[in-house]
Amino acid sequence: MVGTLAACGSSDDGGDGSGSGGSRTVTLVSHDSWAVSKDVIAAFEKNSGYKVKVLEDGDAGQAVNKAILTKDNPQGDVFFGVDNTLLSRALDNGLFQSYEAKGSDLVLPEYRADREKHRVTPVDTGDICVNYDKAYFREHGLTPPRTLDDLVKPEYKDLLVTENAGSSSPGLGFLLGTAAKYGDEGWEGYWKKLKSNGVKVVDSWEQAYNEEFSGSAGGKKAKGDRPLVVSYASSPPVEVVYADPQPDTAPTGVADGTCFRQVEYAGLLSNAKNPEGGKALLDFLLSKSFQEDMPLNMFVYPVREGAQVPEVFSKFGPRAKDPQTLDPAKIADNRDQWVKSWTSLVLK
Amino acid sequence: MDLARTEVTRAGKRARAVRGSAARLGLMAVPVAFFAVFFAYPVAAIVARGLKTDGVWQLGRIGDVLAQSDVRHVLWFTTWQALASTGLTLLVALPGAYVFARFDFPGKQVLRAVVTVPFVLPTVVVGTAFLALVGRGGLFDELWGLRLDTTVWAILLAHVFFNYAVVVRTVGGLWAQLDPRQEEAARMLGASRLRAWRQVTLPALAPAVAAAALMVFLFTFTSFGVVQILGGPTFSTLEVEIYRQTSQVFDLSTAAVLTLIQFAAVVAVLAVHAWTVRRRETALRLVDAATTVRRPRGAGQWALLAGVLGVIAVLLVLPLAVLVQRSLGASGFGYYRALTREDGGAFLVPPIEAIGNSLQYVVAATAIAVVIGALAATALTRRDAGRFVRGFDALLMLPLGVSAVTVGFGFLIALDEPPLDLRSSWILVPLAQALVGVPFVVRTMLPVLRAVDGRLREAAAVLGASPWRVWREVDLPMVRRALLVAAGFAFAVSLGEFGATVFIARPDNPTLPVAVARLLGRPGDMNYGQAMALSTILMLVCAVALVVLERLRTDRSGEF
Repeated sequence: MVGTLAACGSSDDGGDGSGSGGSRTVTLVSHDSWAVSKDVIAAFEKNSGYKVKVLEDGDAGQAVNKAILTKDNPQGDVFFGVDNTLLSRALDNGLFQSYEAKGSDLVLPEYRADREKHRVTPVDTGDICVNYDKAYFREHGLTPPRTLDDLVKPEYKDLLVTENAGSSSPGLGFLLGTAAKYGDEGWEGYWKKLKSNGVKVVDSWEQAYNEEFSGSAGGKKAKGDRPLVVSYASSPPVEVVYADPQPDTAPTGVADGTCFRQVEYAGLLSNAKNPEGGKALLDFLLSKSFQEDMPLNMFVYPVREGAQVPEVFSKFGPRAKDPQTLDPAKIADNRDQWVKSWTSLVLK
Repeated sequence: MDLARTEVTRAGKRARAVRGSAARLGLMAVPVAFFAVFFAYPVAAIVARGLKTDGVWQLGRIGDVLAQSDVRHVLWFTTWQALASTGLTLLVALPGAYVFARFDFPGKQVLRAVVTVPFVLPTVVVGTAFLALVGRGGLFDELWGLRLDTTVWAILLAHVFFNYAVVVRTVGGLWAQLDPRQEEAARMLGASRLRAWRQVTLPALAPAVAAAALMVFLFTFTSFGVVQILGGPTFSTLEVEIYRQTSQVFDLSTAAVLTLIQFAAVVAVLAVHAWTVRRRETALRLVDAATTVRRPRGAGQWALLAGVLGVIAVLLVLPLAVLVQRSLGASGFGYYRALTREDGGAFLVPPIEAIGNSLQYVVAATAIAVVIGALAATALTRRDAGRFVRGFDALLMLPLGVSAVTVGFGFLIALDEPPLDLRSSWILVPLAQALVGVPFVVRTMLPVLRAVDGRLREAAAVLGASPWRVWREVDLPMVRRALLVAAGFAFAVSLGEFGATVFIARPDNPTLPVAVARLLGRPGDMNYGQAMALSTILMLVCAVALVVLERLRTDRSGEF
């Protein structure tokens, strides 16, 4: 019995010796939205000689926090999935060590961060935006909202569902977008109006988008009754790609004036057991093949110059023209206090 | 001559007493060490991480945190819902306790097992079952458009579901052994039925009711899985808030303060519980339960029986039935077959592997819990057990009330360097699970061990048997069944442990409850159906364990 148990718990470590320096396995720790095409990762394994093991560890925020708590003895070599809203927490807690990945010079300038120390590598970007259910607005003869200001208008009362900013990364992004737009003084007032206009808050993106939102395939099935949801600019192409047969236009649209730009980073963990493998993996995350593979797997945009985006993606999920952004230092200084105030204001 | 003999006997007694306390210390050393290393140390480590900066304790943080209105709101809600859950459970379950104690009816044995099933079910399964009943697209939603998820009602109902058995077993067990002739005597002396009940039966029952109420309060005060799944973002108990502050907000100092508050509250509840248990042990004239039951007589009693059966059907059986029905939603056991496929979405491995993981972990956890718990119970049984030992008795209960989340995170940060580098070892999960199993082992074994006639042990010792031999020849044969029952309990609670396991189970080796929670967090029909299917499997494993337990039931059913 003990033999079986040992096999159940630690055979991976024993078998390939990832505890030692010259391991051939490299372990990627990520949140559970991680996805990659099989042939792309197989090509990396073949070329580099490393076998990739992936640990998906809860939602984005939880994965970051757990990685910080266990940084002295990390679960893997590379962490992928800390975004600009939580980046400072990871850096301040010494989660990563320096490594300048091959291809860093090809990253579009606006996505680079931590340029002196190179502790993180930008991997992808996306816009958090309010999505709307086209059919609902057509049937009700109502113009869909376009901006944050629109959302507090009486005609959109009880229509919006968003995520808990304390537990969900799009929820936090949306909160930061309103803080960027209305400033330190104004954002609380905006949320008060949003609350009295009947905004509904749920814990996770899955719940908001696939259960409450009336425009998504999942939401239709679950009889969701909210035609506005905080999601991604890339959500409409998802609705097209996964529909059978594929429609000519997406059933959902994006309120262009509600967007907040998110960038996701990866880094080499401070006490990685296999730093060489980790470096190779980071190089791979910036490689053209991985960057071009991402959009249809994780529904995000590449950060590498010249990486091609699939047509269905550029057609149905155009990048927001003028998204809200926030200086990372400003996010670092205010995030926790904002989330706290937001929780008291909106949830209690 | 006579005098000399007395002297010799005294000397012998003294020598035995010295040997006895040495033996007691020896027996207690292992459980004490276990709790020090795998409970006190990790919990202290995570609390220190939150409250210590640069080596200095920041105890002022306690005041700061308590001054926050959100924290006070959580405290208030935690207490309020625990009181409401306890009251509601007593209201619903006391008639059940009476019916099980006093009435004889066909199928009673089976029904007794049925009402106990919820208690050993993992919180995740209970949450899932209630979601299937009162959640979005649940049975009530389909029938009447009635949805209770994200309301406090769903939480309260699930808590009653969970704790019904605590009241039936604790109160009913004693009620069955109360001599009904005492009440009859009072009535013969002219007391009204109500007055006889109030003055004779109620005082005798009160300590058991209080003990049951305190256990229910403890379980609901620290509720995690149920509130997490059914409560939505607006409701949180202390335990859920500790989880949020640690894993999402990353405010470790607030989490540490909340942990201390919960700790203090739990210690207080346990102290009162220990006191009521001692009071219950004071002389009551108990009779064989078999002599007090009879068939219901008259319309009133039949109506009472029917009412209790109705409550059990709706509140206890229906949620489980809906769970099973939902798991069969896809044709040809589709959800079950999906469990064996790798492309389920939520995992890199087929979800079915969680069953194998869980069973392997749980066997180890049960073994640890039984060894530690049996040693502790044996130490606690000794007649010379003093105040210190009784304090230890209450301490053993602590893991039931201290935030599992704190324990889980504590394991992660405390047990990660030599000489105790267990972070990537499989044993971490069974160790955490065993922590919650030990109190059940102790509570099941203690009454049985205490009932073993001490004179047998003394006789064996006088005849020259070594303490080990005394235990093997005298105690073991008498407690063998209790040991098996204890093992069964430890098995069931370990299998369902969620709060701590969710942090320390490695993502590629999820346990059953962790797998269910992950499937529930994923969108889509297929994931929901698979969560239902896995929950059903988990429920069946627990139910089988329980049926085996019921067959092994000893005369005294333990204190739960």
